[in-house]
Amino acid sequence: MHIRLSVNGTEHTLEIEPRTSLLDCLRDHLNLKGAHAGCEHGVCGACTVLLDGVAIRSCLMFAPQAEGMALTTIEGVTPGPGELSPVQDAFCETHGMQCGYCTPAMVLVAHALLADNPNPTREDIVEAISGNLCRCTGYAQIVDAIALAAERIRGANRPAGLRK
Amino acid sequence: MSAGPHRFVSADRRVREDRRFVAGKGRFVADIELPNTKHVALVTCPYPAARIKNIDARAALAMPGVRYVVDGPELAAATLPLMTGLDTPNVPRRPLALEVARYSGEWILAVVADSRAQAEDAAEFVEIVYEPLAFVLDAEQALQKDSPLVHEAHGSNVLLDKTFVWGEVERDFAASPHRLSLRVKWGRSSTVPIETFGVMANWDPWREILDVYASIQMPRFAEQIGNALKIPNTSVCVHYDIDVGGSYGVKRGIKHAVLCGYLARRLGVPVRLIEDRLENMRGGDAHGPERLFDVEVAFDNEGVVRSMKMRALENLGAYAGRSPFQLGKPVGAIVGPYRITSVQYRAIAVVSNKTTQDAVRGFGQGPTNFAIERCIDEVANFLRVDPLEVRRRNLIRREEFPYLIPSGTTYDSGDYQTVIDKVIADNGYERLKAERDRLRRAGKLAGIGIGACLEPSGGNTTFEPLLNPKITNSTSMDSCRINVDSTGAIVATMHTTSSGQGHETLVGTVVGEVLQVDPDEIRITRPDSLNSLPSGTPVASRMAIMLGGAAFHAAQKLKSKLTVIGAYDIGIPVDRAAYERGEVFDRLIPSNKRSWTELVTIAHRNYHRLPKGFEPGLAVEHIYQVPTGGTLPTSDGRVQMYPCFAFEFHLILLSIDPDLGRPEILRYQFGHDCGTQINPKIVRGMSMGGIAHGIGAALYEEFAYNDDGQLIAQSFMDYLLPTSHEVPPVEIVDHETPSPLTVFGQKGSGESGYLGAPAALANAINDAIRPLGISVNSLPIRISYLGDLIADARAKVAK
Repeated sequence: MHIRLSVNGTEHTLEIEPRTSLLDCLRDHLNLKGAHAGCEHGVCGACTVLLDGVAIRSCLMFAPQAEGMALTTIEGVTPGPGELSPVQDAFCETHGMQCGYCTPAMVLVAHALLADNPNPTREDIVEAISGNLCRCTGYAQIVDAIALAAERIRGANRPAGLRK
Repeated sequence: MSAGPHRFVSADRRVREDRRFVAGKGRFVADIELPNTKHVALVTCPYPAARIKNIDARAALAMPGVRYVVDGPELAAATLPLMTGLDTPNVPRRPLALEVARYSGEWILAVVADSRAQAEDAAEFVEIVYEPLAFVLDAEQALQKDSPLVHEAHGSNVLLDKTFVWGEVERDFAASPHRLSLRVKWGRSSTVPIETFGVMANWDPWREILDVYASIQMPRFAEQIGNALKIPNTSVCVHYDIDVGGSYGVKRGIKHAVLCGYLARRLGVPVRLIEDRLENMRGGDAHGPERLFDVEVAFDNEGVVRSMKMRALENLGAYAGRSPFQLGKPVGAIVGPYRITSVQYRAIAVVSNKTTQDAVRGFGQGPTNFAIERCIDEVANFLRVDPLEVRRRNLIRREEFPYLIPSGTTYDSGDYQTVIDKVIADNGYERLKAERDRLRRAGKLAGIGIGACLEPSGGNTTFEPLLNPKITNSTSMDSCRINVDSTGAIVATMHTTSSGQGHETLVGTVVGEVLQVDPDEIRITRPDSLNSLPSGTPVASRMAIMLGGAAFHAAQKLKSKLTVIGAYDIGIPVDRAAYERGEVFDRLIPSNKRSWTELVTIAHRNYHRLPKGFEPGLAVEHIYQVPTGGTLPTSDGRVQMYPCFAFEFHLILLSIDPDLGRPEILRYQFGHDCGTQINPKIVRGMSMGGIAHGIGAALYEEFAYNDDGQLIAQSFMDYLLPTSHEVPPVEIVDHETPSPLTVFGQKGSGESGYLGAPAALANAINDAIRPLGISVNSLPIRISYLGDLIADARAKVAK
């Protein structure tokens, strides 16, 4: 079937099998490899993408169901080749990852959280990432990364004297 | 041997791998695309044991997109059985079952199709007639004479039964006023990475090369593929520049690789098998140890343990590769951090009709540490002495290092008491106990748990000859090659895959440290197996020691070479020349020097300025042996497998909801001494991840089976990995006792946290429920089980 998907601000017209999951569509048809298959039953969150700004599991949704909505993948939050968003940079600063497999999803969840709540508590961050499994880190440096990103984003456009 | 104060080593520097991962630009096996790739789906056995009477794949072959099916007889005729560790020729292991299937989920047949979906569709149309057979799941039952045999030709279910006696065990037991025995069980769990195992193979008949892309962490992977497929190793090219999405030991996938390699050669197209989660959990052969311990300790009135008898019974599952060796590694730290003077150790491994095991983080050390630490707590309880005090009385003291343990291993260094002192500084232990007692007075079940243990690191694999004398391996090398090209650019290599441990950062940091150049200016590559030097791969918590050691010595060789070139060109003896930050200068007249560019130019372009007969260019390599060398075990099984021993000390306060049985960790302190930390961010991550994994093994994770022999934890809804809610903040207290054996004093940290967390949690839970007259000694300590246990005990108390 034909579908139209809006991904990272670009409209795509695709010919796919109706049963194609959004995850497989992104990876196999749009060559966006940053979303990863972890469990394909909606628990691990490695396939997370943003749908109209909300973190969802792309393994649990058929691609045609995403028509008419704005999809954002990890490729869409990366500012440019070799450039990192403040959230991505904070993950690098705290080493909020090891193997990198769950990382794009964690970064997207962090983007979604900070868009809603620029001043999250530790509990808010823990809650936000609690739907995403990471086997490497024990989460501590991921929580640190998101807190650091929040702090940096809050302080980014303020005169130096007003930064805390 | 320590290199003294460091510029990049131990600095809080970023991890170079991270940039690609945060952008979703890791290169995982499922990201690799080759034209015309075909996809594999598997048909698996629905019974725990069954004879395969007939296979009819005609309907499947007629399905859209289906290219081929292969069954056990075809594959067995074309390939050799997979390598096993023990000398058990009648327990062959193959990718597809031959005649008999031995666990529910075992692969019977593979379907190859244009897409994975088509292959899965067709797999459902394969008709197989089975004759179900008697089966055995429990290790103790498997030991019984009347047990069904998993491998009839082997004659029993026992693959290994070996008893070691080190020291005067009976004398020490007779001389001790007290003894107690304890049965503890480590449940069947594993590392369960978020990325399943995947492999793609492609045969080029004109080059005669099998290209293999795999999410692999395995020693001798290429060699095992070549052996099984009966092709020379010069025809197997494993691409090590694949990012592996977590492994922690289990990403072995040899049967997957042999299957895909065979199909790629048979069909002439790239063939790929990416496990789904069910395949990973049920048929991926990636379960971890399931071990029953019977431990007896003999101790004096002060709680000093003189001797220990340990019987470890391992349930291997249906087949065995290297998994039985997980009973061998703990021999190298069989007394933990304690001065136990004699040990009897009986290691038994049986097969059962469960999924096959492979190596899991710690390679058997975690279960053993758990057993020892539960015993030490029970000694304290028996004597009514504080468990921390009992440990202090038993710990090896700082001045006793290097310390020889009864099983023939010398611990390199340590300062256990100081680590503990730092964790409980400012009267912290007394305050923790006061808080526990306050909670108890408020009606809560509250407990404190300690886990003190060692992480052996950097071993030489002599657990192989220890348990199988036909194997004579006594090394596990690692290597680094450095080339400085004619522009002065530095490229250093590592020769294995990486699964999140930051090995490129390790090599860059070490080479940068030695050459005194910015590590970020050094390119690190991972050549394929045909272009590689030996590597033992990232197992055994070895890379900081072994790859770090190789990189250090390669860089030293390069530095020496540059110094010779500079001295000769300046016209001074070599011992008058010194290297600093890329330059070589005359110690007597420091202004007399040669710059990096000049040295590179001489080496690459000005042969006439080199010493006579000197090798031009600037290429060096070093193959590094385990710093304690490699000596085969003695006839009574004394052996030095691991050179370095990190220490960890867990201190936990938890409370248990008395109605639900749910433990809540209120405080988690972790003292850690892994010597010099090459990258503190990486070490912290390893410890935190290990603690989280240990929490899972202690409380949540189990590959549980029902009485019908079916694995009932087949998804992340049944097999529970800790989420961010289950992992509490951890207060990490670092201490550095450098190893005298390694180039910077580093020890391993790849298994840290995991090796002691389960013991500490179990001890804390037991401390909490002891007032009710109950105890738990079987992991995982599930909430439901604990809740029922507490409810029963309270009901009895109420009566």
